[in-house]
Amino acid sequence: MDVLDLARWQFGITTVYHFLMVPLTIGLSLLVAVMQTAWVRTGNRKYLAMTKFWGKLLLINFAMGVVTGIVQEFQFGMTWSAYSRFVGDVFGAPLAMEGLVAFFVESTFLGLWIFGWDRLPKKVHLACVWAFSLATIASAYFILAANSWMQHPVGVELVDGRPRLTSIWAVLGNNTTLAAFPHTIFGAFAVAGTFLVGIAAWHLWRRGDDGPVWRASVKLGTWVGVAAFTGLAISGDVQGKLMFEQQPMKMAAAEALCHTEQPAAFSVFAIGDVSRPDCENVKSVTVPALLSFLAHNDFTTEVKGIEDLVPMYQEKYGTNYPVDPKLGELSGKPIDYVPNLPVTYWGFRLMIGFGGLAVGAGLLILWLTRGGRTPGGRWFKWLALGSIATPFLANSFGWIFTEMGRQPFVVVPNPSGVDGVWMFTARAVSSSTPGEVLTSLIALTLVYGVLACVEVFLIRRYVRAGVAGVLPARAPDDDTGKRDDTEKRDDDVLSFAY
Amino acid sequence: METFWFCVIALLWLGYLFLEGFDFGVGMLLPVLGRSERERRVLINTIGPVWDGNEVWLLVAGGATFAAFPDWYASLFSSVYLPLVLFLLALIGRGVAFEYRGKVDSARWRRTWDAVIVAGSWVAPLGVGLLLATTVFGMPLDAAGDRVGSPFASVRWETLLGAAAVAGYALVHGAVFLSLKTEGEVRERARALALKVAPFALLPLVVLLLTVQLRFGSVWTWAASIVVGLAAFGAYARLVLRREGQAFALMGVAVAATVAALFGALYPNVLPSTLDPAWSLTVAGAASSPYTLTVMTWVAAFGTPAVLVYQGWTYWVFRKRIGTRHIPDVHVPTGSSR
Ligand code: HDD
Ligand code: HEM
Ligand code: HEM
Repeated sequence: MDVLDLARWQFGITTVYHFLMVPLTIGLSLLVAVMQTAWVRTGNRKYLAMTKFWGKLLLINFAMGVVTGIVQEFQFGMTWSAYSRFVGDVFGAPLAMEGLVAFFVESTFLGLWIFGWDRLPKKVHLACVWAFSLATIASAYFILAANSWMQHPVGVELVDGRPRLTSIWAVLGNNTTLAAFPHTIFGAFAVAGTFLVGIAAWHLWRRGDDGPVWRASVKLGTWVGVAAFTGLAISGDVQGKLMFEQQPMKMAAAEALCHTEQPAAFSVFAIGDVSRPDCENVKSVTVPALLSFLAHNDFTTEVKGIEDLVPMYQEKYGTNYPVDPKLGELSGKPIDYVPNLPVTYWGFRLMIGFGGLAVGAGLLILWLTRGGRTPGGRWFKWLALGSIATPFLANSFGWIFTEMGRQPFVVVPNPSGVDGVWMFTARAVSSSTPGEVLTSLIALTLVYGVLACVEVFLIRRYVRAGVAGVLPARAPDDDTGKRDDTEKRDDDVLSFAY
Repeated sequence: METFWFCVIALLWLGYLFLEGFDFGVGMLLPVLGRSERERRVLINTIGPVWDGNEVWLLVAGGATFAAFPDWYASLFSSVYLPLVLFLLALIGRGVAFEYRGKVDSARWRRTWDAVIVAGSWVAPLGVGLLLATTVFGMPLDAAGDRVGSPFASVRWETLLGAAAVAGYALVHGAVFLSLKTEGEVRERARALALKVAPFALLPLVVLLLTVQLRFGSVWTWAASIVVGLAAFGAYARLVLRREGQAFALMGVAVAATVAALFGALYPNVLPSTLDPAWSLTVAGAASSPYTLTVMTWVAAFGTPAVLVYQGWTYWVFRKRIGTRHIPDVHVPTGSSR
């Protein structure tokens, strides 16, 4: 394999991995903030138990989110140095803002939250978890602004062959960002909601202690999940329309649509190989005219197929790669404008499908546990635990679709933007040696693999232990919230220490 | 404007070295100063609330370099590839270890994570030192800013000296910090250790500054080097007198002057090419457009004071010394609950 393939695998593996932690952190932190607010308001111990239990799982997950994020930040310079030089004038700014505006708040207030139990006045302590949670959402905004600029470059002019920033507001207010941000955040809440439902339902199934805690969690989780899925469908529809205008090839690839159709049908699933040239012969179950509607809110819109788009791309962006030793095998070769169709076609369907499964499972569990009921069969346990994985899968497939669907570009040309602001992935990579990238790819994959086992092991352990694992039985006057917390007891032990 | 941003990057590195420097030191000293489990937990809890915030200084230094000097970011990070991978692995291990070591009540579990903390806390400052020394002493770069030569081109005696200098500094800084933040026996031990190792541990830093002086010397680097020397002596003397707070502050002055000397020697380059000076990356050549720098200046002007205020507040909230009596009993789930 050459450096390009290795670097792509490395970026793909590390980002997808990072994005397993990310949505759980974003979604769960806000839900924990809500739980703690309920506790501070009502003094009800149930909410304290929820805060501590889900908060502990949040912390276990957060640590992994942080360390895998650091790798992402460095990778742009390490493996994509040509990309970094090309886009630096635009792309670095949101990244730096993310650090300065979001990560500092996130890390500092999380430290205060962990170690500030009993040490800070209750309301201040509550404010810390809110600050943390809002900062995770802010960080998502900035990184998505950076990512959306790659999908749809705006706010730049071309100077000496490089994009130069002309308006930061155009970059931060990119319509691609405005659509991707809610979609991604709703995706995060789908993860967190299902996480609550799955784990709490499993506890109910075991019929252990703290039934009210788990019932409240199922209820909260399900409704969050339903709201999130509704939001996902709406924002996803908006994204589809933008994609139709901004990245017609990705649109066609999402459907494995070989030939232009008018009106275009939406393929629900296909039997057979969707890759070219066989896409002509696949049998697929379709909903007539739905794709036209997705693309343009109109059941008769023409949607261009791959075979018709390729010549348009060739005319605009060239038929062959330039002859350049840095391009390795690709030097002078024809450019393949068609993304990997099986990946994009199935990625898109699995995103929606697993998301639907998640919300369906949530509703089913809520209904099965209504009015204090709990099914006793083993199937219920597997339903509960199995549902947890679905929104994670949906998110991963969403990203894999989005990122693979823009190939062979790393910066996709904006059809109505400045000419010349685009970059092929093949040109983006560093001049590192394959040995270097292979070493890091193996090392990171191994370490990530080990850490995944450790994280799952710890989460399982804390999940099993339930509330008793995080909330030692205490004197009853402890959580009345009446005590004056500002006047401090010097000799207090740290209550939530490492 | 470009020069201003060069100074901002230097300041971000300073913040990083000063803050994460001591939490590296604490990690390095974990097995030496923490003789019992409770004492080790004292050490870790001195940095518990702050280490992640400290690490963000690195991320912002990296992000700001990307935004303000993309060519510098791209050439430096891609050419020091393998050492950086090792550095990242060290940060990964350390970060996870702090969070996970107390989560299972088993001596073997804790010993494993302690080993990860110690290893990570040694490797990471070595990596930072190597990276900073590389940017000062340069790399064999071609006209395009790409590395010519082997993946280990960044490993030379000057850069190894830089690595040792930062690690040595972190060791002493960590010991001084612990003498300031703990009480009882741990405090005494930390102070005694700082006094004992400082002359050796700070030696690489002195040699590094002399090398910089001989190679790129100017009045500026002279002055800065002298300040480093005076501050280090002062810190030592204050520590002898048990003025730990002042000693800690003087260690800060020493690292500030070190950063001033290194970046002063570097200017107006940001990453010299050792093959041909014409290929060196310079402040003017590597910088982003004036518009981008203006945007970043506004962001920094609003962001930085806020960061300093709330990070300062954290240190104030957790200003008390910590001793074994503050450490609660272990309360973690046992694996076999039902
Ligand atoms: C939609 C959201 C999102 C996306 C697409 C990414 N991240 Fe992320 N990242 C977060 C949302 C997030 C977060 C929610 O803010 C995290 C996750 C867990 C956490 O600790 O904070 C985080 C952590 C995190 C950290 C550690 C922050 C700290 O020390 O507190 C870094 C350096 C990055 N990320 C960098 C990146 C880069 C360079 C990405 C691009 C490839 C990236 N992230 C994708
Ligand atoms: C700001 C956020 C992001 C940026 C700037 C970004 C940038 C990149 C870059 C530079 C590449 C390498 C070039 C390529 O092979 O296409 C890439 C590939 C990839 N990214 Fe992203 N990415 C971001 C977020 C994500 C996230 C959150 C995920 C998923 C979890 C993701 C998934 C992928 C995948 C799967 C690839 C491999 C694609 C391939 O091999 O063709 N990306 N991305
Ligand atoms: C109900 C229907 C949904 C529709 C119509 C939809 C639509 C889309 C579209 C069109 C994109 C690509 C945007 C682009 O590349 O330009 C996308 C990306 C994505 N989707 Fe969905 N989606 C749906 C459900 C979900 C669900 C349930 C999840 C996760 C739980 C999810 C997570 C993602 C993620 C993480 C991305 C990549 C990030 C981004 O571009 O925002 N989606 N979705």
